[in-house]
Amino acid sequence: MAVPPLVEFRDVAKRYGNGPTVLQGISFAAQPGDFIALIGPSGCGKSTLLRLIAGLSPVSGGTATVEGAPPENAPPDLAFIFQEPTLLPWLTAAKNVEVPLRLRRAPTATRTRACRDALTLVGLAGRERAYPRQLSGGQKMRVSIARALSLAPKILLLDEPFGALDEITREHLNEELLAIRQQQGWTAFFVTHSVAEAVFLSNRLFVFAANPGRLHGEIRIDLPYPRTAETRLSHAYQERVAEISRLLRSIENT
Amino acid sequence: MPRRLLSLLLPAATGALFLALWYAVYFSLSADNRFLLPTPGEVWSALRDNRTVLFRATLNTAEGALLGFGLSACVSFVLALGLSLSSLVRVSLYPYLMILQMTPVIVFAPVLVLWVGPGVKSVTVITFLICFFPVVVNTTQGLVSTDRNLVDLFRMYKASRWQEVFLLRVPAAAPYFFTGMRIAAVLAPIGALVGDYTAGSSGGDGGGLGFQTIIYSSQAQYAALFATAAVTCLLGFVFVMAVLALSWLALHKWHDSFERSDV
Repeated sequence: MAVPPLVEFRDVAKRYGNGPTVLQGISFAAQPGDFIALIGPSGCGKSTLLRLIAGLSPVSGGTATVEGAPPENAPPDLAFIFQEPTLLPWLTAAKNVEVPLRLRRAPTATRTRACRDALTLVGLAGRERAYPRQLSGGQKMRVSIARALSLAPKILLLDEPFGALDEITREHLNEELLAIRQQQGWTAFFVTHSVAEAVFLSNRLFVFAANPGRLHGEIRIDLPYPRTAETRLSHAYQERVAEISRLLRSIENT
Repeated sequence: MPRRLLSLLLPAATGALFLALWYAVYFSLSADNRFLLPTPGEVWSALRDNRTVLFRATLNTAEGALLGFGLSACVSFVLALGLSLSSLVRVSLYPYLMILQMTPVIVFAPVLVLWVGPGVKSVTVITFLICFFPVVVNTTQGLVSTDRNLVDLFRMYKASRWQEVFLLRVPAAAPYFFTGMRIAAVLAPIGALVGDYTAGSSGGDGGGLGFQTIIYSSQAQYAALFATAAVTCLLGFVFVMAVLALSWLALHKWHDSFERSDV
């Protein structure tokens, strides 16, 4: 009784124009509910992989499918959270959250409800009327997450979303993200440079190598969900982090 | 508070110093040459004596300036939208926009009068030609330099071309548009005066500040000339203040240039 994969890549390669190969021989199948962390040295094509899944850029070789269709034609069940909050500075937090629904010409009532729910989910209820410049870095990121969640997506693509935040805020947001996932149950692809973050969040961890970008291997993180701040103190968690850090160093040195 | 006081006192002191210098230069001239430089007092009385004429002339010039300025804002916006669509359009049109900007408009004033008629119509066209360039260039710049990530966001969510332009690129370009408008606001009254100087006199409405310039200089009324300059300057201030007020209305809630310290 195998569930059909939500996202499937078969021997996918990517290069921009006549430039060097960014990604090569990428094959994997993501099942519904997977939380996949992508980790590896800079320039290994992790962010490019997200762009391929999002259909922002076509694959150069192999086949990629999202819900059984090529990414460009996939049903719009996908949301992207960028490295930067990427908010429209002239719109309030609430209006920013509504942007994707507005682009889809959703009725006002739907928009308002989805927006309120999403802002509540990220703990920003009451800040609807604030403009981005009145919000802290962490709050802006929360608005950005709320905007992605307002669509109730099946697939969530996150490109180092917490890289610019301080450690404490980052850990809080990691915990919140997992709590939200329990309610919404999307499948996530999460690019990060932090091994600790990757281990904390994911059930599958893709390790990439550079030049050209390729999948070095996959590690299953079998720590049970729900994971909380307590998880970080556990021996099993810390052992995984140490082990994967060693692995990454060995890849970067070759 | 002392800082605030200083920011009022210092400009006043500069002004006083300037007036003192003015008188110093005046009194250093030999008595025969003093007619060349009217004193501030003489300029003030010329302003009072000619107030009816100057007021009517200012209204005429302001009308031409406002029409030309408004026209340049509208035309520039549409033109910038067109230019922002593709770099091919920009490459094909930019050189000619440059040429149009470099061309001394006054040269064409005589034919403009024949084409569109004398008076406010010609003044409007000349003001427009002088004003539109900075607005087009700035607005186009704003429309094409939208944050790459925001464009990606819109493409991700399958925004239509129309949505991308009007929900993203246009609002993002607003600060650039207002920068262009601020430059145009300075140029508009001067443009209108120049237009009036060359093409406005025969409009049957008594002419504007440019026409008064011709009259005062032909009558060697130098104090009145200075008064005309002062009035034009004042008109420029009104234009700039109006643009600043508009841009404050449009941008103060979100744009960093209006950052308040209490948020």
